[in-house]
Amino acid sequence: MPHPKTVTLSGEAVAARLRASQPEAVRSATEQYVVLEPAGMYEAMLFLRDDAELDGKFLIQLCSVDLHTRMDMVYHFASLAQNHMFQVKVPCDHEKPVVQSIAPLWAGAWLQEREVYDLMGVMFEGHPSLTRLFLWDSFPGHPLRKDFMSLPGGLKPGLSQFPKQKEGQTGQEFRPQRPGTGL
Amino acid sequence: MPVKAAPVEVNIGPQHPSTHGVFRMVAKIDGERIVDVNMIVGYLHRSMEKLAEERTFTQNIPFTDRMDYLAAMSGNLGYCLSVEKLAGVEVPERAMYLRVIFAELQRVASHCMATGAFINDCGAWQTPVMWCFRDRERVLDLFEMTCGARLTTNYMRIGGVAFDIPDEFLPALDKLINDELPKAFEEYEELIVGNEIIMMRARDVGVVTPEVAINASLSGPLLRSAGIAWDLRKADPYCGYDRFKFDIPVGYNGDAYDRMVIRIEEMKQSLRIIRQAVADLPDGAHKTDIPLALRPPAGEAYSRVESPKGELGFYVVSDGGPAPYRWHVRAPSLINLSVLREMTIGQTISDAIVTLGSIDINVGELDR
Repeated sequence: MPHPKTVTLSGEAVAARLRASQPEAVRSATEQYVVLEPAGMYEAMLFLRDDAELDGKFLIQLCSVDLHTRMDMVYHFASLAQNHMFQVKVPCDHEKPVVQSIAPLWAGAWLQEREVYDLMGVMFEGHPSLTRLFLWDSFPGHPLRKDFMSLPGGLKPGLSQFPKQKEGQTGQEFRPQRPGTGL
Repeated sequence: MPVKAAPVEVNIGPQHPSTHGVFRMVAKIDGERIVDVNMIVGYLHRSMEKLAEERTFTQNIPFTDRMDYLAAMSGNLGYCLSVEKLAGVEVPERAMYLRVIFAELQRVASHCMATGAFINDCGAWQTPVMWCFRDRERVLDLFEMTCGARLTTNYMRIGGVAFDIPDEFLPALDKLINDELPKAFEEYEELIVGNEIIMMRARDVGVVTPEVAINASLSGPLLRSAGIAWDLRKADPYCGYDRFKFDIPVGYNGDAYDRMVIRIEEMKQSLRIIRQAVADLPDGAHKTDIPLALRPPAGEAYSRVESPKGELGFYVVSDGGPAPYRWHVRAPSLINLSVLREMTIGQTISDAIVTLGSIDINVGELDR
């Protein structure tokens, strides 16, 4: 192994390497991370994966952060062969967050993007099966968003009643898909 | 006359011993073979990432027990390391060694459970799993002696560990790692590793290739069974793991049998680490004092540990307040399932159960 301990590449170094091939792809860069333009992120991610120097073949994790005015998608990549890692961010709109899916590039992104969609409401263009992962289909809203409690419909902390429950319903209607009823 | 049969849906789980918790998969079978698998998770979703945003950094430590409840110490450790990285807290030497000892004991306990449950999935009903439980209990006794809890330990703290070890701990540990567990592992070798029935059952089942393993972000024994010697204790040492001598067991076929053998071998390596850590255990404080409502500076940190299931990572964002602004857990149990569909298509149902058992998921961590 080239390094005895994982080296964290600076955002500027990744940005410089990426700009040499795709000048439009980088929006900004800091010491910790590089921010990509959402429009060309798929091509940029493809470069990050296949470039010999960056070699981001291993997607460590992806998640999103709600910043009230925008959503940030956060990606951590690693190279197992060269033992380094780097961090990439992609900003998107807060009200209608849409980014391009990287599930066609990394099989490991498939479930994680479903999780982000489920809990944060970020839509992924090009994802093979973007459905909710943890919550049931009729769940109102996306709970990890900071504005979840102020959504129309007035969910209060503690959930005095089951979400969307009406009189006469027992709550059984909202169970995850049941056997024998198809998927 | 050939008859074209419609595929039949078979519902496995959520409440079935072989799904290791409340994991559910719906298998479409055509004759004997699976043609499609749909995973349905979320039965144990407790929204810990949201709950953590309302609690102080210290109050979040018990959540990490309840994620991977079979490896609570590893969860504690990973979370405390991420907050320490964010806040710049120094950990005393003695605390680092105690953390290593308990994390490795936890690895033995978790791998015992994984091995026993896997043999159970192979069809050896109850006897091997009870052998493995017996050895796991011995480890849990030591946890109880130190921190009062067996399962949800809540032992690590930001800046160290909660309690120093009691006087009777080291003699009991010495008996465990030099007498009881080595004897138990010899029994495992005879009962499991060299067992021809297990070999026939688990060889070439659930094969994963190195290319797929990297592309699907697999980690832990699943990645190492594909022949990739990647262990964060070696590759990105934390808690002074670079001071200890140990080896990374690697498989070559990437099948279920390799994963089980790797787990048994890793338990022996854990004992090696514990012996070195006990021999070098320094004196001194077991904890740095930190403010009760710790306020790390605004920023973000990602730190990762090698938990028994794989790479357990914590991504913490702070806005300077006493609670994390955002807390994300990279759960190896969830991400290791990315390949389950590809692995099980074409298998029989009995092989799919063996494949799932060899991945060693924990639903508490999967759903969070």
